[in-house]
Amino acid sequence: MSAEGKREPIIQVENLKMYFPLRKGLVSKVYAQVKAVDDVSFQVREGETFGLVGESGCGKTTTGKCVLRMLRPTGGRILYRGVDIAQMPPKQFKQYRRRLQMIFQDPYGSLDPRESVYTIVKEAVAADRRPHSAGELRDRVVELIEMVGLSREMITRYPHELSGGQRQRLGIARALACDPEFIVCDEPVSALDVSIQAQIINLFESLQEKLGLTYIFVAHDLAVVRHIARRIGVMYLGRLVEVLDSDDLFLRSRHPYTRALLSAVPTTDYYAERERRRILLEGEVPSPINAPPGCPFHPRCRYATPACSQTMPPLRDTGGGHLLACHNPPED
Amino acid sequence: MSEITEKELTLDEMIARQEKERRRASRRQFWRVFLGRGALSKACFAFLVLFAFAAVFGPLLTPYSPYEQSLAHALEGPSAAHPLGMDGLGRDLLTRTIYGARISFCTGLLSSVIALVAGSILGLIAGYSGGFVSGLIMRSVDAQLSIPGLILTMCLVAIFGGSILSVSVIIGISALPGYVRMLYGQVLSLRENDYVAAAELIGQNKFEIMLKHLLPNAFPTLIVMFTGSVGSAVMIESGLAYLGIGITAPTPAWGTMISEGYNYLMFKPLPAIVPGVALMLLIITLNIIGDGLRDALDPRLRGKL
Repeated sequence: MSAEGKREPIIQVENLKMYFPLRKGLVSKVYAQVKAVDDVSFQVREGETFGLVGESGCGKTTTGKCVLRMLRPTGGRILYRGVDIAQMPPKQFKQYRRRLQMIFQDPYGSLDPRESVYTIVKEAVAADRRPHSAGELRDRVVELIEMVGLSREMITRYPHELSGGQRQRLGIARALACDPEFIVCDEPVSALDVSIQAQIINLFESLQEKLGLTYIFVAHDLAVVRHIARRIGVMYLGRLVEVLDSDDLFLRSRHPYTRALLSAVPTTDYYAERERRRILLEGEVPSPINAPPGCPFHPRCRYATPACSQTMPPLRDTGGGHLLACHNPPED
Repeated sequence: MSEITEKELTLDEMIARQEKERRRASRRQFWRVFLGRGALSKACFAFLVLFAFAAVFGPLLTPYSPYEQSLAHALEGPSAAHPLGMDGLGRDLLTRTIYGARISFCTGLLSSVIALVAGSILGLIAGYSGGFVSGLIMRSVDAQLSIPGLILTMCLVAIFGGSILSVSVIIGISALPGYVRMLYGQVLSLRENDYVAAAELIGQNKFEIMLKHLLPNAFPTLIVMFTGSVGSAVMIESGLAYLGIGITAPTPAWGTMISEGYNYLMFKPLPAIVPGVALMLLIITLNIIGDGLRDALDPRLRGKL
């Protein structure tokens, strides 16, 4: 890996598990568990963007929320600068709260409809519990608003008077108001027009450069993730199946699921598109309540061996930082 | 705003000015929808203003005292000096009806405010905290709902006496379960919004989230519920007074006046009919105004009406 590879990891996730119990009956007996995230490990280096991809319901967002401690994980460790925050009591965690932020998928639902642009950002600045003078607050709000590319005239508007892109910028300004080091972007552009998507992604990149931010970028759009992320983790049914550099994604991915996922991406190149062969997977994604034993992908995998239904293959380094969880990876 | 004025204004002034314009616009919108619902709505609004005026300025409107009896004139019909005639004890009927508006308004508003404030606090806590606290609050409310409302209020009034204040508190308590359950449901759905998650992320505490995000978003529903409950509180108060518990004679509450006038209903109907009609008009008025408020405040209907 290049020079960035030597940077300190800011977030290390070790064997993260998030199970949601399903209860029924009068005494709320737990009769099953949804294994939304099962034994996921990865690390994100300072100033890097880590992409998480996978289809709906594979646990990408849940992973992101666990890392931010919006959910308390069932098991595993989350090290933020070497400190385990996974099970930290809320009082102690308070000091880290504002350094870990999130950008939401739905830019409308994440803004209080009864608050103006000014109030939304001001609250985020003021929530640090330090004394602020009115002028200080206002200057900081204006600085943040202009930093994300909104104009100061918009300060008295309400969320329903903004466009989708403007709302997402406001969400970013609110997150930045907390002086974060680390931001989970939960599909931040999937609700936007393609032309606006590009603007928002450029904004993410310029902010990263300016403020030294670290991102986890959750998305299902591979083209977007490949553009913004340096390393990409592919998730399937709550498990991380492959982690690789984004430059290698289309060329050197080896997990059968990653390949199937990539083959579904259409290109605008006529000749490439004519050559493209979709790998059609059979069946549906199994329910995370009743995940198949061994590798979760084996019932749909062309290369499955008997071992695949017995044990989950560990995430191994196959060289050059390319991690793969597969017993029988297909050769090129 | 032109380029030049914009530069002359400081940012603070700009915020203040735009905020003011926005408030004015939303106020205009409110009245447009509220009064745009037709003649009935306008008439009800006029009635409400009239009742409120009578309640506030009652003593200035009439030369008589509501307690002064002149038995020689008992049950006299309408005359120039007494436009609605006299009641069974020779008291001016119009004066007593005007003073009755005061009592009805007082108990109606006071009890609804009590229910609104207490119900909002309990509903917010139950909805947002969850777990044991929520269970405790909601089961207590369910327990209260299992006791018939009229019997509960009658018992409490019998225990605590029938002053305006105690009757208001008791009616407020009887209206409490509705508020708690309504707000609880609202908060359960509102808390799922990402803006609540975002508020947690920026480090706002539970108290701030409840007051700054959950309560303001539940507010329109609360207002509509409030106007509705003022009407029913007026009715409960009059019902109690009619039954002879709660506010009792000689206080000129409409309920007591109806029950006194009822004795002469067959040959002198006015002493019973006048407070009865006043009560009916006030309750209809409050209900129709509640509907108007719902239309004017409901953000989902905004712009459509």
